[in-house]
Amino acid sequence: MPTKRFLTPLALAAMLVMMPDAPADAQQPQRGGTLSSIISPEPPTLMIGISQTTPTAIVAGKIYESLLRYSTDLKPMPGLAKSWEVSEDGRTYTFRLHENVKWHDGQPFTAEDVVFTATKYLIEVHPRSRPIMQRAESVTAPDRNTVVFRLKEPFAPFIMAWEPSTAPIVPKHIYDGTNYRNNPANQTPIGTGPFKLQEWVRGSHIHLVRNDEYWQPGKPYLDAIYYRVLPDAGARVVAMETGQTHLSAFADIETFEVPRLKAMPHLELTTKGYEYLAQMVWLDFNLRNPPMNDRRFRQAVYYAMDRDFIRDRIWFGLGKIATGPIHSSIPHYDANVPKYPLDLKKSEQLLDEMGLKRGTDGVRVRVTLDALPYGDIYKRLAEYTKQALARVGIEVTIRTSDVAGWGDRVRNWDYEMTHQVLSQLGHPALGVSRLYITSNIRKGVLFSNVNGYTNPRIDELFSKAAVAVEPAQIQAMYSEIQRILVEDVPVAWLLELEFPTFINKQFRNVVTSGIGVRDNFADVHMVRQ
Amino acid sequence: MTGMEGLRDFWQRYRRNKGAIVGLAVLVLVLATALLGPTLFPGNPWDMAGAPFQKPFDPEFPLGTDTLGRDILMGIVHGARVSLLIGFVATFAAVSLGVILGSVAGYYGGLVDDLLMRFTEFFQTIPSFVFAIVLVAIFTPSIASIVAAIAIVSWPPVARLVRGEFLTLRTREFVQASVVLGRSSRHIIFVEILPNAVSPIIVAGSLMVATAILIESSLSFLGLGDPNMMSWGFMIGSARTVLRTAWWMSFFPGLAILLTVLALNLVGEGLNDALNPRLTREGR
Repeated sequence: MPTKRFLTPLALAAMLVMMPDAPADAQQPQRGGTLSSIISPEPPTLMIGISQTTPTAIVAGKIYESLLRYSTDLKPMPGLAKSWEVSEDGRTYTFRLHENVKWHDGQPFTAEDVVFTATKYLIEVHPRSRPIMQRAESVTAPDRNTVVFRLKEPFAPFIMAWEPSTAPIVPKHIYDGTNYRNNPANQTPIGTGPFKLQEWVRGSHIHLVRNDEYWQPGKPYLDAIYYRVLPDAGARVVAMETGQTHLSAFADIETFEVPRLKAMPHLELTTKGYEYLAQMVWLDFNLRNPPMNDRRFRQAVYYAMDRDFIRDRIWFGLGKIATGPIHSSIPHYDANVPKYPLDLKKSEQLLDEMGLKRGTDGVRVRVTLDALPYGDIYKRLAEYTKQALARVGIEVTIRTSDVAGWGDRVRNWDYEMTHQVLSQLGHPALGVSRLYITSNIRKGVLFSNVNGYTNPRIDELFSKAAVAVEPAQIQAMYSEIQRILVEDVPVAWLLELEFPTFINKQFRNVVTSGIGVRDNFADVHMVRQ
Repeated sequence: MTGMEGLRDFWQRYRRNKGAIVGLAVLVLVLATALLGPTLFPGNPWDMAGAPFQKPFDPEFPLGTDTLGRDILMGIVHGARVSLLIGFVATFAAVSLGVILGSVAGYYGGLVDDLLMRFTEFFQTIPSFVFAIVLVAIFTPSIASIVAAIAIVSWPPVARLVRGEFLTLRTREFVQASVVLGRSSRHIIFVEILPNAVSPIIVAGSLMVATAILIESSLSFLGLGDPNMMSWGFMIGSARTVLRTAWWMSFFPGLAILLTVLALNLVGEGLNDALNPRLTREGR
């Protein structure tokens, strides 16, 4: 048996839970109060295991919990597990669970529920969790409050896979032996979280009430949470202005309204709480077609894009310029990579070198860009891209379509250039490698390696880095990956997205972790003025 | 009656309608903008020329700039060409199709008429704007697909109108005389009957240009415009979300659409007065 060691920051985080509330708040949190939040679009279901959409994660994150949560710098924090150990060889993960945890229907929560969730439930229903859970050789419950995962080989990112929307723990007594997707219990979610579903009026609101039997004594502080379905962007702004709703997140408030709302005395703005998701937007090249298959062309495009303009004029300052494939809030990010500042001369020089000379109309080459159908902001990004590339003689024709049409084109590789936005999910091995490794070139699958990038060295580095144990060695591999990719420009990384979360100042401790508004809100409390 | 005299006569009747004169003046202005604008205001309307969200009545950008810093005045000037082009081309296509089907149905009557009119009704039962949305969405938005969609949803009324005219005209003596003289059907349809049915077609056509411009604007507003063409509807659509903070981005293109469509309607009315003199005098 290898010796076990405690991860110190984790132990520290565990102790924080025992301490009284955050010192920033002089007052002792009081019970009571109802939070009214915007939710848009309406979630398709509240069964977080079968739907990984953001609205589902936001609402169901109060009902279901996972073993861990993550801080804003992505350190694991206790969830249903109060402590955890990783063996020296990196293959055994032992989680010790909180005692006296009950499901919303009164049944006790035990290690058996975790074993069932990891070995049966998630593997069947959860596309993102499946490959992670399949790395386990065995999952056992030596006693009621201990779960031991024995992995086939070391996998450091394993510790990052335990937030509620990646690995929600579901009740074995309800789901075992049933059809998980069609179980009628999906309509009446039973979790361990601080809030229970009271009522869901489709098209209007979702009403959650306090779970009086919650395992953290005295919590949650709030009596209830209302999620109001407000599909119209204008109505959402008014609801926040008038105090009808107290919380907005993600793209609820359009970027150009942010400065106005920010100035309102009753609202607080934070861009924290999106660190785990870490969304990045990039310009994607289909590497199967000329001229995109030539690295010089991609570099020329990258040099022609004014990313300050994109951040300041399109996202109104909400965002950070991306330097490479890994988001700066994600572990193993390395800023030491080649840079592509706006440089039209260099861009034209590269195009000249390729032999793409300007014609009599000033055009070197014509390319089609499929605009991302996610709303006005991406339409403006497409319009900007067209103008920016026109300056170096690349004529871009924009093609628009609906979400389904865009998805069909991109997953079937029937595009030349497009924009994409994707989450990195807490670790490069979970959210980044999928876009660049050869084994993930899968026709018909969205969010895989759709542009067909293939580089044996990158494949080797990603697969070695995922199973390596020695931290310095892991970092060296991820640094090399970033250097190679940034030189190759398989896609042109534009912006790390920041989302504005507006919180009515009557409420405290709303965003306290790296999973932000998707967290369980056990600590949220209202201040009486 | 010589051609010259006829034209003078027509003008006499047209200018009796004051609204039609105003409409014509505005329309000439818009046409001039479409033809000369790009020469007077050279450059690309898509260029992010200045800082975004600049207010209007500024010497550099008289109508302000939009969310990406594009000059609104430039957009309106260049958009005039796109809006009018779509309006006229779509109308021409719709009228041509309507005239051919309507005249054949009206002239031959019987089974041919029945078949063609059921075919026309099939198109008439589908709400035209919804149908246009479906067509553009299926064929991906581009200037060609938009023109085709507008033409496809606009021809049925023309076909019915022309058929009606033909039904009455084909019983007249001059038509029967042609038949007796052994003229071919094609000759009778296009040389004998059609010129006599042309006035209502012109009036319907002029109003149809206005409708076509409105349909194009509505499609662009919904994001189904040609993303590579600056049009007035696109400008309003892209500024819609910032209406509360930047009124000028949607106001000026909206004004341009309003004036153009109003002018076309006034001209259409003036043409109606001038081409159907008896109808007008009796009506007043």
